Amino acid sequence: MSDDSQFCITTRDLSLWYAKFQALKQVNLNIRQGLITSLIGPSGCGKTTLLRCFNRVNERCGYVTTTGEIRILDKNIYDPDVSLISLRKAIGMVFQRPNPLPISVYENVVFGLRIHSEGGVKKSELDAAVEVALTEVGLWTDLKDRLNDKAVGLQLEQQQKLCIARLLPLKPEIILMDEPCSALDVDGTRAIEELMFSLKGRYTMVIVTHNMMQARRSSDECIFMLMGEVVEHSRTEELFLTPKNAKTAEYIEGRYG
Amino acid sequence: MNSTERSTSSAVPRFVETEFVRKKQRAEWIARGFFAFMAASIVVPLLLILGYIIVHGAPAISWEFLTENPRSGGAKGGIWAAIVGTIYIVAISLAVSAPIGVLAAVYLNEYAKENWFNRVVNLAVVNLAGVPSIVHGLFGVGAFVYFANFNQGRKSILAAALTLAVMTLPVIIASTKEALAAVPRSFREACWNVGATRWQTIWKIVLPNSISGILTGVILQVSRTAGETAPVMLTGVATWKSLQDSGWFLYHPIKDQCMALSMHLYYVATQANNVPEAVPYAIATVLVGLVLLVNATAIGFRVYLRSRKKW
Ligand SMILES: Nc1ncnc2c1ncn2[C@@H]1O[C@H](COP(=O)(O)OP(=O)(O)OP(=O)(O)O)[C@@H](O)[C@H]1O
Ligand SMILES: [Mg+2]
Repeated sequence: MSDDSQFCITTRDLSLWYAKFQALKQVNLNIRQGLITSLIGPSGCGKTTLLRCFNRVNERCGYVTTTGEIRILDKNIYDPDVSLISLRKAIGMVFQRPNPLPISVYENVVFGLRIHSEGGVKKSELDAAVEVALTEVGLWTDLKDRLNDKAVGLQLEQQQKLCIARLLPLKPEIILMDEPCSALDVDGTRAIEELMFSLKGRYTMVIVTHNMMQARRSSDECIFMLMGEVVEHSRTEELFLTPKNAKTAEYIEGRYG
Repeated sequence: MNSTERSTSSAVPRFVETEFVRKKQRAEWIARGFFAFMAASIVVPLLLILGYIIVHGAPAISWEFLTENPRSGGAKGGIWAAIVGTIYIVAISLAVSAPIGVLAAVYLNEYAKENWFNRVVNLAVVNLAGVPSIVHGLFGVGAFVYFANFNQGRKSILAAALTLAVMTLPVIIASTKEALAAVPRSFREACWNVGATRWQTIWKIVLPNSISGILTGVILQVSRTAGETAPVMLTGVATWKSLQDSGWFLYHPIKDQCMALSMHLYYVATQANNVPEAVPYAIATVLVGLVLLVNATAIGFRVYLRSRKKW
């Protein structure tokens, strides 16, 4: 465990139950800092569940029990002194369906800043944050004159980019994405992938995808899950070219999905 | 190639209406007509009721009827004292039940987890809604007239209003919960995932997007409170009050009983002598008119708020 520091997320024997149903079984993972890690596996294997463990939103349902340990940046997030609010500020999440808030583009981007600031932020700071965040996701030129438009009226691709931009002013360590492209068309998908590429290095990204090609194109490491267990975790090329497990081989060849 | 092959090989004509299809089609029309008739039939009683009371009541309605106090046991004068009494009771009861109901619903819908306490609360809400109004009245007598004792053991407007507040509370809770639940969960998740507290989520996103539904639910309770007779008769409404003045401040909300439209309607229709035949209908028309006015305002308001929100 000498190079622990380069791991951003580590789990130890992580198990999770929805009431009696065990959705995650003894998951042990080391996710590297600054890289894009993709999470693949058939429907219902627990990808979303695992992702939602990392910012502890699963606990919103009263009937969820979790055992094991999740260390993020070497801090066990189940420690009693961990504040969910600070945790979620540091770990952003992007959803399958773009979910901009029903307020203006501008307010969407500064929403995080507003709710985390004590006694208000200066208008100039907010303006700057909006420009930086929208530039970073490539929306600034398109939207700089429409900042007061309702965000829910944008095109889906723009909405999804906005959902990513919404996280950036909070300077998150990790961005979790749950099938971020599945509601988008080919161009939208490409745009989001390019965006992920440009954010690489600064943020650790974990992306759930059903699209094998996407996992291959965009991720550095890849995790294959089946029935709540991690079957294989290695560098993406390795996993796709020389899978160690027979199940992985079958899945990436498309024998089941 | 393939397609020409297929179309020539099938000797049977395609896509035509067979006898069996026609039969199904007929059944479809009959079913549809039947259901439509049933749907239309609910409009009939409404129109009949409205038409009947308005036709019978209209001759008695005049400016004096609306603005003068009743005289000679209801046989002469107007119904001003009853209009004001109804407004007092409705306003006070909603002023109490709306905030409590809305806040309780916010708790139940936004904060409460699945545990025995919240299950008990939900059960109480459902069952409270099913208690007959006369029973609420009896409870009001015990709780507000005698126990809380606002007016030396006598009926009072406050007691009546509180009784009605208890009665409307579960309905307001239910309608508010429904309005809150209509706000997509994805909005809440978006908030939580940038670290917003529940309260920030509620205040910034959930309430602004459900306020029209919440208000509609509350305002619809106006009609219910305005029409109730039994519970207010027991707790704060008098059949008769001789009043000299005719302004808005006829009653003291705690020390007085008041007249009310529903009670006055019952009284002139069954107890009083020499009342012109049109008067009960006129009172009913005013009561329905007031309620429709409030509902129309609510609908207008809702349409306005709807037009501003989009998702
Ligand atoms: N809130 C919940 N309550 C109960 N069971 C759940 C809940 N969420 C997920 N599950 C169950 O847990 C298992 C894993 O679900 P999860 O959503 O993590 O799968 P997934 O890999 O993300 O699937 P998909 O690819 O379809 O998104 C499934 O069998 C699902 O039925
Ligand atoms: Mg999923």
